[in-house]
Amino acid sequence: MDNTATYHKAIKAATSKLTDIRKFVAKHAREHGFNEKQISDIQLAVDEACTNIIKHAYQFDQTKNITIELEFDGDQLSITLTDRGAGFDPNRYQRPDLKKQIEKKKRGGMGIFLIKNLMDDVHYSTNNDENVLRMSKIRS
Amino acid sequence: MKTFKIEHRNSDGFEIIDLYGELDAHTASQLEESLKNLISDQKSNIIVNFRELDYIASAGLGVFMAYIEDVRTIGGDIKLSNMNDKVYNVFDLLGFPTLYDIFDDEKQAINKFLSES
Repeated sequence: MDNTATYHKAIKAATSKLTDIRKFVAKHAREHGFNEKQISDIQLAVDEACTNIIKHAYQFDQTKNITIELEFDGDQLSITLTDRGAGFDPNRYQRPDLKKQIEKKKRGGMGIFLIKNLMDDVHYSTNNDENVLRMSKIRS
Repeated sequence: MKTFKIEHRNSDGFEIIDLYGELDAHTASQLEESLKNLISDQKSNIIVNFRELDYIASAGLGVFMAYIEDVRTIGGDIKLSNMNDKVYNVFDLLGFPTLYDIFDDEKQAINKFLSES
């Protein structure tokens, strides 16, 4: 198999599409030799990132789209998610304090923590109304 | 892949929720509805059995965070059981094992309830 490959997918920003997104990511990661544990980590990170876009950037507006790009280069998979919704800064988020959140019946903030934990590198930028989340994982 | 599904049964006076398939931001509202119904019926000794659950995202965990205080306030608990390694790993990463009872098997969850009563 070629050492480099790129795959694109544009999907409607709807939670009903999360299953398709997870399948898309898993299929290609598997083809490129990532193990099942790593595939699970990548699926969850992408799911959490898309969920954040759907909920926060687009506030459940299903007329909007998310584009996903997977780039395999040697042992590295880089995933780029692009949206044109409200931006946010993942660097603001700390590890959630579960006890406090439960007391206050507050949820959320867990997705970013998981993404940072599950992926090797995470980078977020906003340019020209476009929010770009780029995260990568090295095949083990 | 199994479609997400929730089944509810009663075992020795305990409310058991069986989860199937994949629990994400799309399916979490169904679990929320099930827990809300139990709590409004004052049924508070709840065990969620994850044996047939293949996948969980943080939206699923958020449901347990949102209702645990309500259940404990009325004298009950939500205990979790039978998670596969992949699902348990997500709970573990987020620190759930220190605040929730998580068991390998449903029977152990029932025994814990019995020992508390």
